[in-house]
Amino acid sequence: MERKKITIDGNEAAAKVAFKLSEVIAIYPITPSSPMGEHSDAWSADGKKNIWGTIPSVTEMQSEGGASGAVHGSLQAGALTTTFTASQGLLLMIPNMHKIAGELTPAVFHVSARSLAAQALSIFGDHTDVMQVRPTGFALIASGSVQEVHDIAAITHKATLESRIPFLHFFDGFRTSHEVQKIEELTEDDLKQLIDNSFVHAHRGRALNPDKPVLRGSSQNPDVYFQGRETVNKYYDATPEIVQNAMNKFAEITGRQYKLFDYYGAPDAKRIVVLMGSGAETVKETVEYLTERMEEKVGTVVVRLYRPFSVKHLLDAFPKTVESIAVLDRTKEPGAHGEPLYLDVMTAFAEAMSSKEKPFENMPKIVGGRYGLSSKEFTPAMIKSVFDNLKKEEPKNHFTVGIKDDVTFTSLDFDPSFIIEDPEATKCMFYGLGSDGTVGANKNSIKIIGEQTPNYAQGYFVYDSKKSGSTTVSHLRFGKKPIRSTYLLQEADFVGCHLFVLLEKFDVLEKIKEGGTFLLNSPYDTDEVWDKLPKKVQRQIIEKKLDFYVVDAYEVAKNTGMGARINTVMQTCFFAISGVLPKDEAIARIKDTIQKTYGSKGEAIVKKNFAAVDQTLEHLKKIEYGSEVTSQISLPPVVSDKAPEFVKDVLAQLIAGKGDDVPVSQIPADGTFPTATAKWEKRNVGLEVPVWETDLCIQCNKCVIVCPHAAIRAKVYDKDVLKDAPATFKYMDARGKEDADKAYTLQVAVEDCTGCHLCVEVCPAKDKSEVKRKAINMAEQIPLRVTERENFDFFLDIPEYDRKKLKINTVAGSQFLEPLFEFSGACPGCGETPYVKLVSQLFGDRAVIANATGCSSIYGGNLPTTPWAVNKDGRGPAWNNSLFEDNAEFGLGMRLAIDRDTEFAKELLHDLRDEVGAELADAIINASQKSEVEIEDQRGRVAELKAKLEGMNSDKAKELLSLIEYLVIRSVWIMGGDGWAYDIGFGGLDHVLASGKNVNILVLDTEVYSNTGGQQSKATGLAAVAKFAAAGRPSPKKDLGMMAVQYGNVYVAQIAMGANDAHTLKAILEAEAYDGPSLIIAYSHCIAHGYDMRYGMEHQKLAVDSAYWPLYRYNPDNTKLGKNPFKLDSKQAKIKLEDYIYTETRYKMLTKMHPERAKELLIKAQKEVEKKWNVYSQLAKMDFSSVKDEETE
Amino acid sequence: MDLTTKYLGLELKNPVVVSASPLSQNVADVKKLEDAGAAAIVAYSLFEEQITHESGELDHFLSHHAESYAEATSYFPEPETFVTGPYEYLDHIANLKKAVGIPVIGSLNGVSAGGWVDYAKSIQDAGADALELNIYYVATDPDLTSKEVEDMYIETIEAVKKNLNIPVAVKLGPFFTAFANFAKRVDNAGADGLVLFNRFYQPDFDLEKLEVVPHLELSGNWEMRLPLRWLSILHGNVKADLAATSGIHTGTDVIKIMMAGGKVAMMASELLKNGTDRVSGVITEIKEWMEEKEYESIQQMQGSMSQKSCAEPASFERANYMKTLQSYRA
Repeated sequence: MERKKITIDGNEAAAKVAFKLSEVIAIYPITPSSPMGEHSDAWSADGKKNIWGTIPSVTEMQSEGGASGAVHGSLQAGALTTTFTASQGLLLMIPNMHKIAGELTPAVFHVSARSLAAQALSIFGDHTDVMQVRPTGFALIASGSVQEVHDIAAITHKATLESRIPFLHFFDGFRTSHEVQKIEELTEDDLKQLIDNSFVHAHRGRALNPDKPVLRGSSQNPDVYFQGRETVNKYYDATPEIVQNAMNKFAEITGRQYKLFDYYGAPDAKRIVVLMGSGAETVKETVEYLTERMEEKVGTVVVRLYRPFSVKHLLDAFPKTVESIAVLDRTKEPGAHGEPLYLDVMTAFAEAMSSKEKPFENMPKIVGGRYGLSSKEFTPAMIKSVFDNLKKEEPKNHFTVGIKDDVTFTSLDFDPSFIIEDPEATKCMFYGLGSDGTVGANKNSIKIIGEQTPNYAQGYFVYDSKKSGSTTVSHLRFGKKPIRSTYLLQEADFVGCHLFVLLEKFDVLEKIKEGGTFLLNSPYDTDEVWDKLPKKVQRQIIEKKLDFYVVDAYEVAKNTGMGARINTVMQTCFFAISGVLPKDEAIARIKDTIQKTYGSKGEAIVKKNFAAVDQTLEHLKKIEYGSEVTSQISLPPVVSDKAPEFVKDVLAQLIAGKGDDVPVSQIPADGTFPTATAKWEKRNVGLEVPVWETDLCIQCNKCVIVCPHAAIRAKVYDKDVLKDAPATFKYMDARGKEDADKAYTLQVAVEDCTGCHLCVEVCPAKDKSEVKRKAINMAEQIPLRVTERENFDFFLDIPEYDRKKLKINTVAGSQFLEPLFEFSGACPGCGETPYVKLVSQLFGDRAVIANATGCSSIYGGNLPTTPWAVNKDGRGPAWNNSLFEDNAEFGLGMRLAIDRDTEFAKELLHDLRDEVGAELADAIINASQKSEVEIEDQRGRVAELKAKLEGMNSDKAKELLSLIEYLVIRSVWIMGGDGWAYDIGFGGLDHVLASGKNVNILVLDTEVYSNTGGQQSKATGLAAVAKFAAAGRPSPKKDLGMMAVQYGNVYVAQIAMGANDAHTLKAILEAEAYDGPSLIIAYSHCIAHGYDMRYGMEHQKLAVDSAYWPLYRYNPDNTKLGKNPFKLDSKQAKIKLEDYIYTETRYKMLTKMHPERAKELLIKAQKEVEKKWNVYSQLAKMDFSSVKDEETE
Repeated sequence: MDLTTKYLGLELKNPVVVSASPLSQNVADVKKLEDAGAAAIVAYSLFEEQITHESGELDHFLSHHAESYAEATSYFPEPETFVTGPYEYLDHIANLKKAVGIPVIGSLNGVSAGGWVDYAKSIQDAGADALELNIYYVATDPDLTSKEVEDMYIETIEAVKKNLNIPVAVKLGPFFTAFANFAKRVDNAGADGLVLFNRFYQPDFDLEKLEVVPHLELSGNWEMRLPLRWLSILHGNVKADLAATSGIHTGTDVIKIMMAGGKVAMMASELLKNGTDRVSGVITEIKEWMEEKEYESIQQMQGSMSQKSCAEPASFERANYMKTLQSYRA
């Protein structure tokens, strides 16, 4: 039977096999492995079956630790079990991996290998995670391409059953997990032929079974533990042959033969590179080029089975002619003599060559090197430099390749002009905006070409690290030969630029070949587009003699009801002019794909896409151009000249996409970066921005408090300042007695605004003669850019309101506080950042922040720039992200250190009391620091003390000087999302709450794992659809707040800014003031909820109005006064739950998937809301007078 | 006493029909209406615009932020199939047909030419005994003439009639310049019934928020005057069966509609307010009145007070009260 050709990515390739060969799947989301779990969950929800005819059960756990525990249990109870993970997730599985291996239990973990968080987190691919599990006893097996992932997955499931050794099957995160390739799909029959059911039955036979009871997991003593460890040797000894046999059986079935160590290259090669993973594909490609075109004697040994490491099979793989070997590791082991694979190969050769039977005439020279960390590009040019290094008499050892190491000089130089792209393949690059559908369209194009023509196809997609205005670059290759280039395009036949302004941000035509085709989405007419191009682009078009086409895709999309989705339009243009397929055939296939892709969502969607295809060709125009550059448009500098040196020298290169060129010397050694750098990255992503109308504004500052990006700000100031104001700078008389004679300005940072509309939606001031006109209205950004840039600069220089005089307990007053969190990369309209920003305004100048991994750590800490900022005194939040699972503990540690060192400083000051002056010392030691005035006074006293100490020479004085800053009160904030607080970090959070320590915990509750793409957490609402809850969540949201309330000494508040901003402010102020642990659960609307984010605050209100999200505060201080600590701050339901939830796709979609289940769950969810309200209202009515704290009377 | 009537070729046990409304959303409720004596039910409307909108919404929000960010290339699970389009409605019609013995009349509000015909056929295929076209168009474009608007209605009716085997009624709003003429055109286009009149959501103002809010009140009894007038005027002038809806709350209201020339009287607000059992109350009121006045059958009274049959035909033509001497005839 002919097997189907499919175009899928590596994650799907692994999941397809794992699902078919498993009964139980325990999962937890982590990039880049999450899609494997998502596919499995969706297939299970759709009723798909494994090869034995039963539907695998898929269960999301609270962490990878939990997932591995569940896997262990499931294996012990007899089910064929798998899981998927990566990076830190794999590390959390290590304890169970030792157990699973120790008990000789067949299992497969599929891992999309990823960097570990060290000096920084990285989501991208390398083998650092996998290398951490070498001692667990798991077999480790690597795949290097999507087809290999699919094949080796199957081989692995077979081998584990037969060997009883659990396997970790890994492939490179992103490069393979997310690369789309045309592959041959294994059939169910293939898998059935491969798996010997007797081993399945044997596995079940070993299960814990009360009918044949046994005990495992005993505790052994010095007498036998050692021997017990040695019992497994024979199983490991047998495994390599079992795997090779499985590979041989697989070859019988499919014709694709794998070996434990595969050799490619000249049979008489002298120089050989050893490596594993996706890099091997490019090495193979390069070896082929070097041997065929340059007649070099080179080859490569590709490692597949890395553990158990079979020295025999390794040595057998090498040609006897080998003289020098470079072993490449995609990992870094600081302090080690070499990286793991290098040490393994070196040891293997050393052992063999020191034995009696020397397998080679001479010991080859063996060197080790590192490459490709965190998906660093690994190109033929780099590989050539590795081979060239081996030619040397003394090849560089412990080298790096792919970077410039100008500190310890490990790096090999390489010649980037060594390009070996297949000239017969078609190579296409597309620059798009995240939200315009470019990547989706390209994936469809790959499907069309890959599945409907004999051509091979490959797609890889590069996303930027911002969540707002993000750009994507798609790299597509099509050709008659299999594509093994596991690196970005180095030259392109076709470049599509799907957004005109990207010409200013990227060197879009850098890679295009001479005579290539350039397609531009242009809003300009054909006769004016040429002059709108920047000079550099014109020059490139002329010099490279490009065929230049334009289309106004937005116009076509608008005319056909597609909105801003230009995917279909641009895809049609691509097929029309690229010549990849005959035009008519291509159009027919596009339409066929549209029918398949959108058919289930309704005929109307199909029709409008068809209309877009049909109208596109009329709008596609070829532009004729002359031989002269006529443009007057130069590209703007990446950052302002006023930026600090580090920003100009280093960060600007990252912003410009030239980070690969930054040498080691320019990167901070310990991961420490300056804050307040986001303001230099003017992203100009908002097509429309708010404009202030002074005649209508009531100075409520609601627009300021909701702005997710701190791009709209208010100041009250002396009118003298205005004498230097730019001509278009707006102001009005400030309101309020205290500010009489002062001016008020609401200023927009138009270059930092993302155009989300939240501010306009919350603005309560409407024109009495034309109600649609508000005190702020959106207007096109470009015409405002220059004047408002000048106005914002002027605004920033206006002195801030004196914090000591501000009424920070009112919404309007609090918003005169300078935001110390600004211009983050969060999504437009983000529901989390308004809370984060508010905390930064209130306490940022004395805050230390522990941030859980997730959205907030990404928009808060992802390079190139950081939104955490500083005030004019240089003070601002000090921030760190430890891990996902430990954030509460991380923050508690900060509190412990601050408390300890504050106390120590006070002790020292007490000892130095007479020397520095008793009055000053006592004032500092006894300062309560409960208000801005008191804190500022303390800062003054500490400055005075510092001056005195600097004039003293005693050890104690020096000691105190090193601790002096602790004497000003610090505010510890522990922030993160619901995935952290409700799930993976709950154990730690619970412990920290119980500690009684003064920490403030802010849970940004989006009710899903937002950062990894919307997987359910225990915060997900009943009846909501989420990934891993594809059939709608059947159980209610965990009531985290009430759990914390049970402690009695924890301040707890549930807030929703969109429903009541004053309540939000009050709760945050009370939480910080409370001398003990505080927990704030903040409703955060999110793109994963599925509605237009401009209405985010309105949705918050609906959540409260339906009583789904009651607002409350539980303040233990009230108990001491004999008052009820629990105050319910919102009213009982004004609307039914359905009037809230069915305004959101996450709930509504269930009615379109499983209408009957949706009805059932809605009833259940409504009852749950009523039940919870009943409990809360009873609690709010309770009498606490009898528990009054006597001491406070 | 004979309460039967014939509407759209359907033999009905009495003239009380439940009009298109949320009353038909649950099969159980419809069963109760049947048990209470309703002679037929018009199902709530299938809105093409809503289907298109919901499809668009689903597609937009499932894909809007997808493929933008490396860690989250999507934000929702994508099942292989969605129950979009008219399927939920069509299943409901089929379920209603299975559950009750009384005729079930589908109701459709289309937008596109293709949509009207395709969805009409689907409703027919789902088992509906007849179809009510719920046509309304708010002609806000100052350049669009009444003729153009009327032509659009007629084209729609003709297209649907051409493609359907089951009877087709047309539910209209009252806002036509020459309603009698337009009704005749509808009649000539092949409509088997005319349902007068459609009630629309009318915008209201929220003075706190200074926002326009959609609003629909349950009908008041006074609203029956409008259909009463036009049924009276049209009776005998059109071949199509006449039905009244809007403001019918009591048995005597039903009787008035019959006397004006209606074949059926449709109710919703009264039943939404007082429950499905109210149907039996209304029927009892009809019976009691007929008994008291010694009427033998409903058909006997149908059209008895229409413009053609009544003593004061001019009453239906007056727009303002005019004092006249009884004896004077111009």
